[in-house]
Amino acid sequence: MPRFQSRVKRTRNGYQLRLPREERELLRTLPGQLRDVLGTDDPAIARLSPPAYQDDPARSREFTELVGDDLDASRRRSLDLMEATIDAERLDEEQLTAWLGALNDLRLVLGTRLDVSEDMYERPPDPDEPNAHAFAVFVYLGWLQEQVVAALAGGLDPRGTEG
Amino acid sequence: MSQSTLTTAPVETERPIGDESTEPDRPWIVIVWNDPINLMSYVTFVFQKLFGYSHQKATKLMLDVHHKGRAVVSGGTREKAEFDTFRLHAHGLWATMQHDS
Repeated sequence: MPRFQSRVKRTRNGYQLRLPREERELLRTLPGQLRDVLGTDDPAIARLSPPAYQDDPARSREFTELVGDDLDASRRRSLDLMEATIDAERLDEEQLTAWLGALNDLRLVLGTRLDVSEDMYERPPDPDEPNAHAFAVFVYLGWLQEQVVAALAGGLDPRGTEG
Repeated sequence: MSQSTLTTAPVETERPIGDESTEPDRPWIVIVWNDPINLMSYVTFVFQKLFGYSHQKATKLMLDVHHKGRAVVSGGTREKAEFDTFRLHAHGLWATMQHDS
């Protein structure tokens, strides 16, 4: 059995991105797809801007009007950065952080469309079901994101900086 | 500011007029809710990164979200709560704010 090679490795001056070509080809197709639906009333996009005020729809709408454009812009920046570095073998912290944000947004939108539930991980759709491929992409993105998180978390002080 | 300025320019104190709508200065709390998509490791990482929490504290909050369905992750003035809610939304977490009751 071939040794599992982690896709993201923290180095002394940044991060190594060790992705096979077929994974890069898949990832290359995704930022544009999300960019196309950002800012639309696609129901899965609503997941990216939850109501801020638990019991106050009016204030929640105000909040969304106030920060919606900033949220949108920061998501687009991450998608742009991921796309621009899709073939890179080394990333700096800003670039890998953009990958992290883009991967998470992609999973949120894809997962919302698939109506992912906790037990779906245990019982994935059968290969001949129409959403089987999308679910496989969703699982792959999570697998990759785990490694991005681990690499970036390696740069945090575990004691925290609070207080 | 010199003494003479104070004597020649009386300070007008502004008082809120008709401030029935002003809320008592009760603190706000920010809650993160469980969802089936965000990774546990990612949620922990976001708590560490945004709030400077230790890995231990961030992990405990993440586990509260996962097992109890929600956790209070920060709080303070309305401005602070809105800022934190915004940052949590920017990171894809399901966060809401409300008065601390």
